[in-house]
Amino acid sequence: MKQRNMVRWLFLLPNLMGIGVFALFPMAEVLVGAFRSAIGGSWVGVRNFRTVLSNRAFRLAAFNTGRFMLVCIPLLLCLSLLLALGLKRVRGGRQLRSACLLPMAVPAASVVLAWKLLFHENGLLNGVLEGLGAGGVNWMGTSASFWVLVISYLWKNLGYTVVLWTAALGTVSPSVYEAAQMDGADSFRSFWYITMPNLKTSAYSIAVLSLLNSFKVFREAWLVAGDYPQEQMYLVQHLYNNWFRELDYDKIAAASVLVSCVVLVLIALLRRAWDKEDQG
Amino acid sequence: MKRKLLWFPMGAFALIMLLPIWIAVTGAFSSQWELTENLRPVLGNGQGLAKWTLLPQSPTLKSLVQVLLDSPEFFTMFWNSVTITAGILLGQFAVAVPAAWGLAKLHLPRKLGNLYMVLMLLPFQVLMYPEYLVLKSLGLLNTLWAVILPGVFSAYPVFLLTRFFAAIPEEILEAARLDGAGEWQIFRYIALPLGLPGLLSVGILSFLDAWNLIEQPMTFLKNRALWPLSLFLPETTLTDAGLGFAAALLMLIPALLLFGLCQDALEQGIVLPGGK
Repeated sequence: MKQRNMVRWLFLLPNLMGIGVFALFPMAEVLVGAFRSAIGGSWVGVRNFRTVLSNRAFRLAAFNTGRFMLVCIPLLLCLSLLLALGLKRVRGGRQLRSACLLPMAVPAASVVLAWKLLFHENGLLNGVLEGLGAGGVNWMGTSASFWVLVISYLWKNLGYTVVLWTAALGTVSPSVYEAAQMDGADSFRSFWYITMPNLKTSAYSIAVLSLLNSFKVFREAWLVAGDYPQEQMYLVQHLYNNWFRELDYDKIAAASVLVSCVVLVLIALLRRAWDKEDQG
Repeated sequence: MKRKLLWFPMGAFALIMLLPIWIAVTGAFSSQWELTENLRPVLGNGQGLAKWTLLPQSPTLKSLVQVLLDSPEFFTMFWNSVTITAGILLGQFAVAVPAAWGLAKLHLPRKLGNLYMVLMLLPFQVLMYPEYLVLKSLGLLNTLWAVILPGVFSAYPVFLLTRFFAAIPEEILEAARLDGAGEWQIFRYIALPLGLPGLLSVGILSFLDAWNLIEQPMTFLKNRALWPLSLFLPETTLTDAGLGFAAALLMLIPALLLFGLCQDALEQGIVLPGGK
């Protein structure tokens, strides 16, 4: 029995050691480093945190990232739920769902020219707008650049979220709907009183997953706009990269700890949702 | 009647979703002359707005051929992408699959499973500086290992596979143990074959992730000769759009093929982390 005990650990050990070396130990090092000065390494308490929090670029990046999440997540959730509900009802829903999911598989770099072409001031999107009688928008040079982020994020993540909603919708048994129909409930009522309550816990975990996924939007932002984009597109990751280039390691360490705290709170919320789903 | 009405907006929406991909694909088959003509306003020497035709007026393979035969830089970077992706997938197969089996079925402490979940959800912004410190002290910066090793030890495949393996019925394992099978034999002859659909799902997600890496190579690789395609493509401008579109298509093809062949497995992988 003792020998089997050893063998079980052998399955996990190589991976656990790798995780320790590449994540856990250095994370501890960064946590300590956040309280030290970059030059000399003397203990400076919360000075690095104060520097970071009063840094204009950090405030801008944190504000933009936060605003992006507040706008995008509700938009993504509603749009994808509508799509999932629609796809359930039309014939050929599977093909349509494939079309929505495809962007997830598309490497961001391989559509970067298409994005540049669509969002250029003299580009295709403005061509469409002009055709509709609306004026052109300077997408990359004004605050409209924020919407470039929103559109590319929605494009990439919509299909993924539709798949999650579809799975959640599938857990409600059809007989409940039939019974409601017998009792004379119309489709709006059965959505409001049957579907919605059943989706509540899934909605919560989908929201948190999307929130954590939304950090990845930096890819699209960097691809279309480079290292120094229009101010509204400047995200936390841009700031990291710039500090990195300037070797501001104490600022990076403090900012990493701050971002970790925010993310850990989100994860705790997600866990609560998953635990509830497992019980329900 | 109502259903047919619904088809219309849904279909239109799906077409809009496909539009950027369509531009990328048709651009690769357009001649440079046609692209220059259509994109004149975007290139800064023309009035009005850029145009795009649904299909190229004079379709040609010239750009594709030029990229494949005539640009050594493309080949280097394509090869770098292949090396990184293959390295990450093989490494994950070697260390993540057994770890997931251990966590799912061998009664290791539950706390360890939670650790993997938290690590899986951390964004790169949090892990970037710690990883940089390790890679620096190991002397791995500016080598492909700097991108491959953190990818191999990603918590994501372990977490997902643990959920797949957990679904294998306990009775099978007990029967095998009664017949005198050792833990390695059980892993080799029961876990791997029965877990195959899960391995496929996770493999696809890992492939897409590795093929698409941008932040990691950008931070850890300063030497241009080591860059993967995902860093090379953004440098192509609309001035030489023909080559850019062609190179982009060659990066797109493996991902599209995989999607076409394994969409079901991909969807299963997506649903799993939040599912019951």
